Amino acid sequence: MSMHYSKLRKPVIEGDKALGQITDDVARTLERPPTMLWWFAFTLSFSLLVIGVAAVSYQIKVGIGTWGLNKTVGWAFDITNFVFWVGIGHAGTLISAILFLFRQRWRTSINRSAEAMTVIAVICAGIFPLIHMGRPWLFFWIAPYPNFRGPLWVNFRSPLLWDFFAISTYFTISLVFWYIGLIPDLATLRDRAKSKIKKVIYRITSFGWNGSARTWHRYETVYVLLAAFATPLVLSVHSIVSMDFATSVIPGWHTTIFPPYFVAGAIFSGFAMVLTLMIIARKVLNYQEYITLDHIEKMCKVILTTGGIVGLAYATEMFMAWYSVNHYERFAFINRALGPFAWSYWIMVSCNVIIPQLLWFKKLRRSIAFVFVMSIVINIGMWFERFVIIVTSLHRDFLPSSWAMYKPTLIEIATLMGSFGLFFTAFLLFARFIPFIAIGEVKGVLSYGRNKNRKPAIIQNSETELEAVEA
Amino acid sequence: MNDASKATELYGVMAEFDSPELLLEASEKAYELGYRKMDAYTPYPIEALPEAVGFKKPILPRIVLIGAIIGGCLGFFMQYYASVISYPLNIGGRPLNSWPSFIPVTFETTILLAAFAAVFGMFALNGLPQPYHPVFNVPRFALASRDRFFLCIESEDKLFDLTKTKKFLSDFKPKDVYEVEP
Repeated sequence: MSMHYSKLRKPVIEGDKALGQITDDVARTLERPPTMLWWFAFTLSFSLLVIGVAAVSYQIKVGIGTWGLNKTVGWAFDITNFVFWVGIGHAGTLISAILFLFRQRWRTSINRSAEAMTVIAVICAGIFPLIHMGRPWLFFWIAPYPNFRGPLWVNFRSPLLWDFFAISTYFTISLVFWYIGLIPDLATLRDRAKSKIKKVIYRITSFGWNGSARTWHRYETVYVLLAAFATPLVLSVHSIVSMDFATSVIPGWHTTIFPPYFVAGAIFSGFAMVLTLMIIARKVLNYQEYITLDHIEKMCKVILTTGGIVGLAYATEMFMAWYSVNHYERFAFINRALGPFAWSYWIMVSCNVIIPQLLWFKKLRRSIAFVFVMSIVINIGMWFERFVIIVTSLHRDFLPSSWAMYKPTLIEIATLMGSFGLFFTAFLLFARFIPFIAIGEVKGVLSYGRNKNRKPAIIQNSETELEAVEA
Repeated sequence: MNDASKATELYGVMAEFDSPELLLEASEKAYELGYRKMDAYTPYPIEALPEAVGFKKPILPRIVLIGAIIGGCLGFFMQYYASVISYPLNIGGRPLNSWPSFIPVTFETTILLAAFAAVFGMFALNGLPQPYHPVFNVPRFALASRDRFFLCIESEDKLFDLTKTKKFLSDFKPKDVYEVEP
């Protein structure tokens, strides 16, 4: 087969696929009954979700006094989880928008699932500030609307409000971007659906898409535009999240490097989560030819780069603490590295900076088992990064008499587990009911790297497929 | 029934191709010959095809620009109205119109409305949701989302003539040529 390929450009997917084959490969996973492995994973994550729902119901009923917070440590587990999940989402947008603008064609086989991951992660993230409000049924008070309380408006000068706008815009755009990309694939499923109910569902959800040249042109225009909007948006979202901290006067939070530092960290952790999910999915759903070793290696390179930026940010923070000659700033950082929460600081540094350096070795970047373990290590490290930033900056504040320690309660831990349950449950349902790979987009890059003189390998099993459709 | 009356009843004539190259060639020739009311249907976007079937100036980007401007203005004036007109709060003599802190929200609403304009503009221009379209009357059209490429010349076209148009399409090595019921 290799003679068909250009020497310089490797095709983005393996297996010398024909167009129809891609449809079959992707649609087949949706058409066959779920495997035992899927049921096992689903049962496990659904149980976690149930635990989470119970914990959340309890803390809403009783109040957030069920958490381990105290007067000194007013933010801890909940906000850590929020920042962690928002960060996870960013990799999906990077893959779907930024890599699209940079014409990275390999993104086509992972963008659908990465975008799904984004949407789900932002949902997981959104739950935490909602609970943190204490009275979540009054959440709509955060929206600016004419009211009978003055009218008392929301504080437009507060980063917490910016956060509300940023996250809700980000969620809306991610969802719309994802669904727009889905429409042609839903049409593909409609055209091969056999049962009546499926046909109706896909007919409605694909909006009667017929794939005409004009439709495709406008579709592509929207796609480019949405990518162009999502790119600054994703940078703005985590910048604004970082301003929740940076605009305060707490030593350890009050730094100007926070926005780029948070964005890099978000992409770093997000790619780790993408790798965790993809490495499982390509095996379980049998997509090794679509999500290839090259894909994994490229994502490892992104991790190496953003991990480097994160490491640089840790060093810069330390340097600034020393160079500022500010006692409180210096103390905050010495306390981080050597104080009672030093263990969490060193988990963070080893997981995010030291261990990922192994990815410099090509052999390790192409070892699936190694990359999988690495992705989980980074996820742990990045969760601890947020924990370190939030808790160690707060627990020893300006007045030693008010110093305190923080310990999460079982309720908080159950809530975190529940958010993982929600994440994996939703992702498994996605993998079951929605094309995991963007069929139309992969078809568009199929000829990439193929010899121009070669007849396109298209025909094959279309005829039998059509008979099935006609029947 | 003679050909002429049948032709007016039809939506058009459709040819099925094996490859995007053949479809592109047929579309370009058809446009050269003077056919205007036609469209090509493909499983994925093909470069240069919209131009070949006579798609000219896309107006979508302008709709999006308008959406962005409206979003930006609305976002900023919402904050201006709340902070300066409706409920001015004097906090140590600081300016009421503290515009730098209004930028993040203005940015978000700009993006949000621009994206809505893009998506709903695309739906409107494409006529989506589209409950019915005649091309689906051809059973083999189910392959248009799979691996076949279709060109449909519509009967509304001035040059449309059932026999001639069919003959014209047959010259480009199609798999088959079909009549499309309205």
